[in-house]
Amino acid sequence: MTTKSKTGSEPGKVETIDQVVIRFAGDSGDGMQIAGDRFTDESALIGNDLSTFPNYPAEIRAPAGTLAGVSAFQIHISDHEILTPGDAPNVLVAMNPAALKANVNDLPTGGTLVINSDAFDERDLAKAGYASNPLEDGSLSAFRVYEIPMTSLTIEACKPTGAKPRDAERSKNFFALGLLSWLYHRPILETERWIARRYGRVPIVVEANTLAFRAGYNFGETAEIFESSYEIAPAEHYPGTYTNVTGNVALAWGLLAAAHLAKLPLFLGSYPITPASDILHELSKNKNFGVRTLQAEDEIAGIGAALGAAFGGALGVTTTSGPGLDLKAETVGLAVSLELPLLIVDIQRGGPSTGLPTKTEQSDLLHAMFGRHGEAPVPIVAAKTPSHCFEAAIEAARIALRYRTPVYLLSDGYLANGSEPWLLPDVDSLPDISVKFATEPNATGTDGEPTFWPYVRDPETLARPWAVPGTPGLEHRIGGLEKQDGVGTVAYESANHETMVHARAAKVAGIARELPAAEADDPTGDAKVLMLGWGSTFAAITAGVKRVRRAGKPVAQLHLVHLNPFPPNLGEVLRSYDVVLVPENNLGHLTRLVRADFLVDAKLLSKVQGTPFRVGEIEEAILREIERLEPDSREPAAGSGVAVGANGTTATGVVASAQNSKEAEL
Amino acid sequence: MTDVAVPLTTRKDWASDQEVRWCPGCGDYSILSAVQLLLPELGVRRENTVFISGIGCAARFPYYMNTYGMHSIHGRAPAIATGLAVTRPDLDVWVVTGDGDSLSIGGNHLVHALRRNVKLTILMFNNQIYGLTKGQYSPTSEVGKITKSTPFGSLDTPFNPVSLALGAEATFVARTHDLDRKHMIETFRRAHDHRGASFVEVYQNCNVFNDGAFEAINGKEHRADMLIPLEHGQPIRFGANGEHGVAFDGEGRLRVVEVEDVGEEALVVHDEKAANPSLAFALSRLASGPHEPTPIGVFRAVDRPDYGSLVDRQLLEASEREGPGDLSSLLRSGATWSYD
Repeated sequence: MTTKSKTGSEPGKVETIDQVVIRFAGDSGDGMQIAGDRFTDESALIGNDLSTFPNYPAEIRAPAGTLAGVSAFQIHISDHEILTPGDAPNVLVAMNPAALKANVNDLPTGGTLVINSDAFDERDLAKAGYASNPLEDGSLSAFRVYEIPMTSLTIEACKPTGAKPRDAERSKNFFALGLLSWLYHRPILETERWIARRYGRVPIVVEANTLAFRAGYNFGETAEIFESSYEIAPAEHYPGTYTNVTGNVALAWGLLAAAHLAKLPLFLGSYPITPASDILHELSKNKNFGVRTLQAEDEIAGIGAALGAAFGGALGVTTTSGPGLDLKAETVGLAVSLELPLLIVDIQRGGPSTGLPTKTEQSDLLHAMFGRHGEAPVPIVAAKTPSHCFEAAIEAARIALRYRTPVYLLSDGYLANGSEPWLLPDVDSLPDISVKFATEPNATGTDGEPTFWPYVRDPETLARPWAVPGTPGLEHRIGGLEKQDGVGTVAYESANHETMVHARAAKVAGIARELPAAEADDPTGDAKVLMLGWGSTFAAITAGVKRVRRAGKPVAQLHLVHLNPFPPNLGEVLRSYDVVLVPENNLGHLTRLVRADFLVDAKLLSKVQGTPFRVGEIEEAILREIERLEPDSREPAAGSGVAVGANGTTATGVVASAQNSKEAEL
Repeated sequence: MTDVAVPLTTRKDWASDQEVRWCPGCGDYSILSAVQLLLPELGVRRENTVFISGIGCAARFPYYMNTYGMHSIHGRAPAIATGLAVTRPDLDVWVVTGDGDSLSIGGNHLVHALRRNVKLTILMFNNQIYGLTKGQYSPTSEVGKITKSTPFGSLDTPFNPVSLALGAEATFVARTHDLDRKHMIETFRRAHDHRGASFVEVYQNCNVFNDGAFEAINGKEHRADMLIPLEHGQPIRFGANGEHGVAFDGEGRLRVVEVEDVGEEALVVHDEKAANPSLAFALSRLASGPHEPTPIGVFRAVDRPDYGSLVDRQLLEASEREGPGDLSSLLRSGATWSYD
């Protein structure tokens, strides 16, 4: 954080800073996600720009006090536009030794540590694997350490409620929140209202949390252990109304919007799976929109029911992640064959198999692209930020409906749980994505009578008519067997199969004609390095590109939303740069696709650690490419932590570098 | 659409122009014809009727019906039909399936459609064999079945489909067979008219891979003594002259008895509407397979709100409580702030 101004040097002084990254870390039962969420809403109300990154374990309650059970929430707040939750925290709140141990390596020298000293007894130290107490052995000397007995202060504060100490102790997350709220001048009224709403059914909990929250706030003000408190001015924003959304909520709202814009009922068939379940939850809350949500018996039934609903004329959606995606593959193939609209929302997580259920990854792109038997092309749309999930859902639905095809909508764990302020769109300005059902016969039968052929294609889109049950005269049968071109009856004939395979491929490829042309962001027009990305890497790539440009070096950026088909001119754009570098949280999915499609020597920058790229990693990789092209311009630079494969096909893991995180992001 | 009189139709109106391609002599033909004969009597419209199937011989059924239809994925028809039935309560949705399709690969979907009581009419053609893959044993094949995949005899205990459906909280469970068109039509009619999920097991002969599987009970000369017609409210008795019956033994089990031995008053009176499915279950266990006297007809028919109408009620209640959904308000439902 950069200090802008100081008012006096006496206790109670207030400094104005331009940004800070805070990480709340504790046991998964300590309520760190709640503390983080509340701090986020408080910051949004101030008008800071912000970006958040919840990081929690797969186990609901891993053994208390162990490293496996540590849950963290990182928030980056600033007085200017930011894109990422920050490479590393400036402030680490550690509620127990395990939280300290799991996170302290990310804290740069000089960083601030706020520690619940009550939790550092022998037993908890041992559970975290500390041989000696880090509060006493000097191992934290590189940091500004504030030891605060949060547990006992919380219990003391809650005494008037009559709650037993072990119950009162559970409010300590609100003590920590109160303390940080004081330290960063957050408004407290909204959190107190929130506590009353959230816990209203249990008055003693409302009282305890409120008292703990106030106690934390007052402790900061009166204890005078902090040299200063900090203000961060509101960021400049485009005019309009904002709210803070996570990707999953934005995606759920996008689905509701898509159904509204398509004038169709929305049906979600879904099986609970992390980190996709919140979409099911959010849609299930909004039944007054007429959305029907089915918590199916399994992943297959979820997508099957969605396809059945689509047959009946609904916007059918299924949501999943990880292994759920594998289970849906057969039904996606049927939807390709039936040529019915269907949305498959995949919140990507680390794999293979159960993998890393709560950690982010981008490793399903090739599955979405190719993960079916037979020639079964499926369009793919990928969201790039939490709020963009709204728009991406509408776009994916538009393609599905207009072209009568299943569409994969890819998000990931980072987008799903991360949040950002969102300039709310004017609902009336959203696109009309409605399509017409077939109502009339479209062919003449052998008996000379008008009849309906389900596989007569629209000459422009190659989509077949969507004739829903209940329409007299259009009764027809469809299925997974190959169909006769046009008439749609079962057909095993070889030339017809080839015709149909090409027709399905041409239909999906033809979507490109309506896509906006790819346009690299290349302000100076002389960049030689193009950063090509897709999905949630947008934030880190954009921030990294900005840093490099601020250092006076040109670099171009292109971020794809449509992964299949690609924008029509993508090959030309890629070929116009000397280097195409593709940061991906996988082993090279987009890299492979563009190399195969366009014969460009795209290079992969890979990271598969379950966490997003740090801005510093992107920045270093760009600078390295620029240096390689212009060896003379080499400047003294920090050692590289990121390795790029020599020919773009392989890459070693990223070595996290905390050094850059001390710098401002932009 | 219900306010206009449903046009009169004949069997021909319900048959598609597709050539029926089951093996000559297959039991599926008589089931198809029973359904096509029944539909004109039901007062329903072709355009509001949908047949959904999975994979297997039985699953070709939709292609032969001049209605809406979908030949889908092995085992998944109940799931697909659930999505359709829940979003389109105005439709009559039929699921046509086989013993492999619904009890093996699709077992999970069948039991959940039944417990949810989705408004579906499920016809399960049980021929105790895999026909379309040319003769492997199925989950209803008898133990020791010699097939291509079990040359030394199958080892697995078969499912009893009626017991399974009852265990899955089905509200309507019945059994019929492909040699009795009248019984099929009446059973299918009852299944169709039931509000909720109805499950009908149809004993169906596969004359190519498992010929005569049900001969011992539904062969013309055996029927009277081997098929036990269930009639609600009536003592359960059978035989050419009603000489056999069903009664509880001293240990709470049902037994086939001779009426003259026990007296008519000892016979069990069938109650398909009993809330407790114990009697229906006991009846389903009377025969260990289609070689002992076997009940046919409606085992259970009880009222329970169907899933789709419960879903719709929640939507209505939400709309009444919160007003119809407004997108702009939804986007502003969390904390918001504005800049000029």
